[in-house]
Parts: sequence; C-alpha cells; structure tokens
Amino acid sequence: MQAELIARAKALLADGTVARVLGWRKGDTDFNAEPAVFETAESLDEFVYDGFCGANLSKYMIKNSKLEGKTLVFLKPCDTYSFNQLIKENRINRDNTYIIAVGCYGKLDINKIKAAGNKAILSVAEEGATLKIHTAYGDAEMAREEAVLDRCKVCKGGKHVVYDELASFVDEEKPAAEGRFDEVKKLEAMKPEERFAFWQGELSRCIRCNACRNVCPACSCIKCIFDNNNYDAAQKVNTSSFEEQMFHIIRAWHVAGRCTDCGECSRVCPENIPLHLLNRKFISDINEFYGEFQAGEDTTSRAPLTNFTTDDVEPSIVKERG
Amino acid sequence: MSMNNSEWKPKIVAFCCNWCSYAGADLAGSSRLAYPADVKIIRVPCSCRVNPMFILRAFQKGADGVILCGCHPGDCHYSTGNYYARRRMTTLFSMLDFLGVEKNRTHVEWVSAAEGVKFSATMNKFIEQVRELGPNVRLEDIRCKQN
Ligand code: SF4
Ligand code: SF4
Ligand code: SF4
Repeated sequence: MQAELIARAKALLADGTVARVLGWRKGDTDFNAEPAVFETAESLDEFVYDGFCGANLSKYMIKNSKLEGKTLVFLKPCDTYSFNQLIKENRINRDNTYIIAVGCYGKLDINKIKAAGNKAILSVAEEGATLKIHTAYGDAEMAREEAVLDRCKVCKGGKHVVYDELASFVDEEKPAAEGRFDEVKKLEAMKPEERFAFWQGELSRCIRCNACRNVCPACSCIKCIFDNNNYDAAQKVNTSSFEEQMFHIIRAWHVAGRCTDCGECSRVCPENIPLHLLNRKFISDINEFYGEFQAGEDTTSRAPLTNFTTDDVEPSIVKERG
Repeated sequence: MSMNNSEWKPKIVAFCCNWCSYAGADLAGSSRLAYPADVKIIRVPCSCRVNPMFILRAFQKGADGVILCGCHPGDCHYSTGNYYARRRMTTLFSMLDFLGVEKNRTHVEWVSAAEGVKFSATMNKFIEQVRELGPNVRLEDIRCKQN
C-alpha cells in the first residue's frame, strides 16, 4: 500500500502534475503518524501509510489549495466527505488539488492497545487481522479488530465521494456499518438527571486545549468566536466555570449540519471526551426533523440550518416527543 | 439554602421581536393585562437575531427560564427570519435536553402585535411551568465540577 502511494506521488511530482504532496510521515514514535507536506522525491521516502494514519488531511488543503500549483492529497473514504464539505463552503480551491483515494481497513487507536495491557510499546506491526506489539518487556499480539478507533466501528462505508484517481487497494463497495446512533439513543433513554450527571462527568475533564476545534474540518472560521477578543466568549474558560460547557454546546451547534461525523474531534481529545455524541445528536435530530442529511455527500445541497420549509416542526416538539 | 417554591419567584428572560411580540407586550401593558414583573424583556430586531449564546448567557446570568417570542411564521418583517429561528431553537432546545437541562425552561411562542392577551397568557403559563421546576442550577454553573 505504502510503496504504491510513494511511487504514484513521485511520478506525479516528476511529471509536474503536482507541486507538492500532502500525506503522513512517521511521528515521534512508530504509532503516531502525522500530517506532512513533501516537496521532493527524496523526502517522500519518509512517507507513511499505515493503521495510525487516522488524521484527516482535508483541513490542511484549505491552505495548500491556495498555493501555486496543484497539491496531491491522499484521502480515506470518510475524509472525502470533509473535503467535499469544504468545497461547498468555498474553503478549498478544487482546481488546485489532485486527490488519490486510499482504501482503509479501520484506523488504530493506540490507547486501546495500551489498555489491553501493553506497556512501554516500541512498535506495532500490522499483519493481516493481527497486531504484533513489540514492547520493552517483550512481544505480544492482539486482534486488529479490537484496536480500531470507535469511529471506524460505525464507518460510513468504503465509498469516496470525491477523487481524481483510486489507489489499487480501495473497496468502494464496503458497506456502511450499522448502529451509528446507538450511543445517542442510549443516552436519550436515560432520565434527564442521569444525562446531566453523565455530561458533567465528561465535560468537567475538559482542559480547553482547543484540539477538537483546531482539528475539525468544519471549524475552519478565519476568526473563531472563541479567539475573538471582541466577543465575550473569547478564552474565558480559565475565569469562569460556565464557559467550558458553553464552548462545547456552541461549537457543536456551529458545526451542526456541516459536521460530516469524521470523528477527528473525539480522536484527538486528550481527555477522551466523547464529543462525537454531541455531533451525532445534532445529526440524528436533523435527520428526524428535516429529513436524512449527510454533510459532505455532495457540494451543492443547502445545509439544514441555513435552510427551512414553511411547515417545519415547532421547537415544542422537544417537549412533545417525551 | 432551601427555598420554598411558593415564595420563590422565577426570573424569566423574554427575547421579543421588535415588530410583533414587543408591541404585543406593549399592548398587554396598556390593556392592563397582568404578567409578572419578573419577566425581563429584551427587545431584538428579529427572532433570528437570537444566537444560541444569548440563551445560554441568560441562564448563566441567573435566568430560571428563557422564552423567545417572534412573529407568526409567514409574518416576519424580514420575510424569513423566524423560519431560521425556528430550526435553530428546535435543535438547540433538543441539545439542552440531551445534556440533561430541564426542557421546560425554554420555550418559543409566536405572538403578533395585536395579541396582547396571548402575550400575557403565554408569560403566565411559562412562569408557572418554570416555577414548578424550581431555581435553575444546571445551567447556571453548567460545568459544576464534580467534587
Ligand atoms: S465536529 Fe468532529 S466529527 Fe464533526 S467534522 Fe468536526 S472533527 Fe469531524
Ligand atoms: S467553534 Fe464556531 S466560530 Fe469557532 S471555528 Fe468552530 S464553527 Fe467557527
Ligand atoms: S480536545 Fe478535549 S480537552 Fe481539548 S478542548 Fe476539546 S474537549 Fe476539551
């Protein structure tokens, strides 16, 4: 997989189709590949594509698509939804991009590998359905399936909604997984005080590092309200206990109807706060109230919260549905 | 501090559209229709001017209930503002419910400039609804660090 992608990237750089390549390279360890821009054939030797390439590169294309010449970018199926959404919002210049669609078998969550009892991990090798974990205390194995990110368990499917060419190892037919809203439904079935206690426990861990916002492809505002000193919401979390939850409600609400459920926010949160539950609540409400909608599926439809019909449900539906 | 619900008066913030419900409130006043003085009216140019932060801030600053009043669908002074407000408030209220905040603390009502009676009745009903819930604690210090 990786060798094929490197060879294609080198060829496209050499024939001048693209001026640079946006991909992943090895991070501080073997299991935290990070986004990187490659401008020469030699530097591409550091290119990595493995189970730890969870990072969605779409957001980086906002800047790269404004540079001189085309940028080659590798996108997984779920990443293409974010990319499309950014085209819809006029944030990416499509003419300056070249997309190679890459296949994905579910990305790995190092925290799950650690939680399985592996300490001082040195490297993780993927061999089919098995992970070979090399640690300072010896070697171990675990089933790959047990270590995939939660978001991959409810994968939207193998289809890429936008691309210029497909890598050889894609599976466009891979079906979407069931049960995306199960966790949301479970919370909905709880009593309000139980839900409040649940969220209190989750959100009170937030350290307001802003990683969830910074990684989010839908959070592409040039000046976020939480950074804008002219607005009374800017960086207040340290001074007021209220601001933290306000941050989460407002951020989730700002991306409602635009969030593709790419799962990056939950992946990067250092406190493992299940932010995807906030987004999926909005998605399931939008589906229920205004009809099925998947952000990023196309580049033309109007987002549900910037749209209306004259016979929309009234806000009292929230009370009436019990 | 324990509080007896019969002596406690809920504080209500009412965002009222300038073109309809604000005038409706005026009419209620000049027609001597009673609604409690604890309703604090904030005049907005349109119901869709109300950003979700307004609602959350009102709770943070001590409101026990927040109500938004605008023109009846189809009657917006700016043609479509209230249609957007309707979607925004529906999704926001549903999210607050999801977070465990009592759903009877928020409400939207469409009140025209001619509906002084409806304005006063709406406010009285909403206050009753909030009174039953008691003081707002969940949204006042919504983080409520666990001890
Ligand atoms: S809110 Fe989270 S899931 Fe939604 S687009 Fe942003 S990072 Fe992705
Ligand atoms: S939180 Fe809101 S204002 Fe900030 S970047 Fe995200 S969408 Fe933009
Ligand atoms: S990434 Fe997690 S800890 Fe950081 S601001 Fe977001 S929710 Fe809070």
